[in-house]
Amino acid sequence: MTDRPVIAIGLGALVFAALAFVPYMVDGYGMSLAIAIANYTILATAWALFSGPTRYISLATVAFFGVGAYTVAVLGEVLPWPVVMLVAAINGCLLALLVGLSTLRLAGIYFVIFTFGLTELIRQVVTWYEVKVTSTVGRYVFLDIDQQAIYWQLLGVAALLFLSGYLIGRSRLGFALRVIGGDEMVARHVGIDTTRAKLLLFVLSALFMTLTGAIMAPRWTYIDPAIAFNPQVSFQTVIMALLGGVQRLWGPLLGVIPLTLLFDWLNAHFPNHYLLILGIVFMLIVYLLPQGVAGALARLRGLRSRKERASAAMKEARQ
Amino acid sequence: MRQMLRKHLGSMICAASLAAFSLSAAYAQDAVRIGYAVSKTGANAGGATTTTIPNYELWVKEINDAGGLKVGDRQMTIEVVEYDDRSSSEEAVRSVERLATQDKVDFILTPWGTANNLAVGPIFDKYGYPQIAGTSVTDMAPKLAARWPNSYWLLGTGGSYAEGLVDLLVKLREEGRIGDSVAMASIADGFGIELAKAGRTALQGHDFKLVYDKTYPLGTQDLAPIVNEVKALNPDVFIAFSYPPDTLGLTDQARVLNFNPKLFYTGVATAFPLYKDKFGAAAEGVVSLGGIDPNDEKVRAYIARHKEVVGKEPDRWASFMTYAGLQALQQAIEKAGTLDKEKVNEVLRTGTFDTVLGQISFDNKSRQVPNIFTVGQWQDGEFVGLEPADHPGAGKLVFPKPAWPAQ
Repeated sequence: MTDRPVIAIGLGALVFAALAFVPYMVDGYGMSLAIAIANYTILATAWALFSGPTRYISLATVAFFGVGAYTVAVLGEVLPWPVVMLVAAINGCLLALLVGLSTLRLAGIYFVIFTFGLTELIRQVVTWYEVKVTSTVGRYVFLDIDQQAIYWQLLGVAALLFLSGYLIGRSRLGFALRVIGGDEMVARHVGIDTTRAKLLLFVLSALFMTLTGAIMAPRWTYIDPAIAFNPQVSFQTVIMALLGGVQRLWGPLLGVIPLTLLFDWLNAHFPNHYLLILGIVFMLIVYLLPQGVAGALARLRGLRSRKERASAAMKEARQ
Repeated sequence: MRQMLRKHLGSMICAASLAAFSLSAAYAQDAVRIGYAVSKTGANAGGATTTTIPNYELWVKEINDAGGLKVGDRQMTIEVVEYDDRSSSEEAVRSVERLATQDKVDFILTPWGTANNLAVGPIFDKYGYPQIAGTSVTDMAPKLAARWPNSYWLLGTGGSYAEGLVDLLVKLREEGRIGDSVAMASIADGFGIELAKAGRTALQGHDFKLVYDKTYPLGTQDLAPIVNEVKALNPDVFIAFSYPPDTLGLTDQARVLNFNPKLFYTGVATAFPLYKDKFGAAAEGVVSLGGIDPNDEKVRAYIARHKEVVGKEPDRWASFMTYAGLQALQQAIEKAGTLDKEKVNEVLRTGTFDTVLGQISFDNKSRQVPNIFTVGQWQDGEFVGLEPADHPGAGKLVFPKPAWPAQ
């Protein structure tokens, strides 16, 4: 909104500082809503960080999320918490590097299908390992980490994410990515190392997703591959990000907040018709807001300025 | 007409809202609010709609038809708040949090399945709600009970089911009716793996020969290869620690390929009425987890009531634990004479309850029902409990399994 980085970062820091007091103001249910919003804010924003400028639709969100969750399930009771988080981050980055190197040359629908397949592959590998090697498919995470602690950690990660997103948007890397999104061929011709740029951002985006999975894991006590690698999470992330709008850093937020509240409201009031109504809502969204909320806002602003221009022209004509 | 309507509309709305208001006021005074979040949709919906939801509905209807719960000197009807956890741990956590802090319900009934019961455990514990789980099989049950002192795990541990089966096999071998060879297939998911692991240890401990010991992935459609391979090995005993779709699939294939071992054991859903409905006379002699005593008056009455109210029979395994848990909760509330959770917990911990499982108490460290049927068999259209053999009402094994009837 503003071009002065000091002001933008300062404002952002103030907002996050204020959000840190949420646990003192809401009850347990409010906290669980706040956690849901924080969780999907990170996932959708991290997703848009890579997929927004490059236009690569990734369905691998939950692959990274699940790797984070599983790292906690395996090491949570063995190592101190910060070390567990560090290991999760390393795992996520390594996986993203591996995947990125092998797939970022793919484009369009091939990339979408590959990322979806990747999640399934990892899920099956983890299942195979658990069945053959450890002989136990469910893992228990007995960690005394309460809702507040989970919320604060998510908030911290979100703050880091927004800071990195903001800085990248202003950097040469961000510019390179926008060129790639516009036309990859052109980008290559003007001397951008497209693979390197995409890879960097893909890894960064995966890092945040992995950390989120790791933070959320203690909340469920019990983790198995179907829970950790639930493809629903990937779809929901994409839907939320697209509803909000992926061209701006704060765009996904506009999708996450209303949708999280909507899901919850529907579930509370129509527990028996939830999916039916959800389907109708999605169709309405696609028809009414093809550009997402952020896009609609921009169009609204555009309309207004056109109207202003028109009335200014009328005035001029009258004079 | 229109005029009249307009003239009277105001007063009509007033009257209606007054009536609604007084109705809700009366409700708030005399009602016990009971909440639950179960999987109405998603992967767990099959289990939840067979075992959990029908029993919750039956229990609430029975109490309300009888005029309500006796709490002290008051008679309070039950008001239900229900959510769908969509088979997701995160949704289950959020829904139970909502029940506890937004709806402020007096008691919360547990979700279906092991994963979701573990996910909501910390919340039940935080707000002091008793957690009476009737659909969780977990070897961690004793550890969970220690961690969450108000939790009860009525379905027991995976190990107990596998060991019950192996006890039966050991007896058969001692009588010289089976040899050493056992084939075991299991689904590669929590329940299947836990039981297979316990079964493997127990079988090897008793020097059985596992001629086949393989897992198959969740969602396997084509089960003929498993049945064919096992049939070629010609074992005396076939054990499948399977889930509902593959329980039906394996039985179907065994029948089609005419694989008829002396003892044929399949997993979850064998004790469901659905199994009997689908296979009819072919179900005769099939062995599985669970079982009941068909001569017990209380059991017969429960099955009849369940059929009358819900329109179908209960399954012969977790339905009984679920319903017994509800009966225990009801009796604990009435005995405590208050809705105070701490006092009700106290009664649950120390009391004895008259349930469809008999007289049960949770007065032990592991918070399980000590004596439930772990092995049962379809005999004459009823799923009869066999093990533990010293359990009152335990039946005798029909052996060997009769041939599959011609199709």
